[in-house]
Amino acid sequence: MSVTIQIPTALRVFTDRRADVLVEGTTAGEAISAFADLYPDIRTHLYEDSGALRSFINVYLGDANIKNLSGLDTKLKDGDTLMLVPAIAGGAESSE
Amino acid sequence: MIFLDDAVNRAIRNEAEASYPNECCGILLGTVDPDGARSVTEIIEIDNTSDADEQYHRFTIGPDDFMRAEIEARRRGVDVLGFYHSHPDHPAMPSDYDLKHAMPCYSYVIVAVESGKSAALTSWEMTPDRARFIQELQR
Repeated sequence: MSVTIQIPTALRVFTDRRADVLVEGTTAGEAISAFADLYPDIRTHLYEDSGALRSFINVYLGDANIKNLSGLDTKLKDGDTLMLVPAIAGGAESSE
Repeated sequence: MIFLDDAVNRAIRNEAEASYPNECCGILLGTVDPDGARSVTEIIEIDNTSDADEQYHRFTIGPDDFMRAEIEARRRGVDVLGFYHSHPDHPAMPSDYDLKHAMPCYSYVIVAVESGKSAALTSWEMTPDRARFIQELQR
């Protein structure tokens, strides 16, 4: 089924400036993977080397973070919209 | 290249000093010039959602805050250009922790705070291969 991936403004450099990208997938995990296949330059920013989604990358189905649903196994319906939303973290080195 | 409006510069420094000895954080809003230069005209202050006992050297902008900022930026007709945070009693240089958690294509402004007083303010962008940060020229 077809679902739309919404892209934050700055990351559209990876998607030929597209704000919305249509992909196929029955679960959130399949849809995000299909998106990364379409735009491979963004894959390293979404996934760890192990293949796991980076911990600070969040995926929203509508208003709901899929971490509060079934994670990457969250089922999708035709016409659903997913939004990639990074959590931003950082900070100074430890003073130890 | 990045341009910080004077009011933005002052607001970041004020927030960094008010948050000392903890880190402050927030989101940079503005426009991108045709030549690619970023002009920061507004900020959105964000509550640091790192654990309270870690905030002296950590900050977190949660996904809900990020999503609200994206929506607010679109409403104001500007873009989310990046993020700022403070380094209390540490240089205004990105840490390995900053690099590990960075996203590409955003500016990362860091302001050092020395004994409660803001000091150097720098801006950085991560390279596409995630290997390092490159300092952005400021004007």
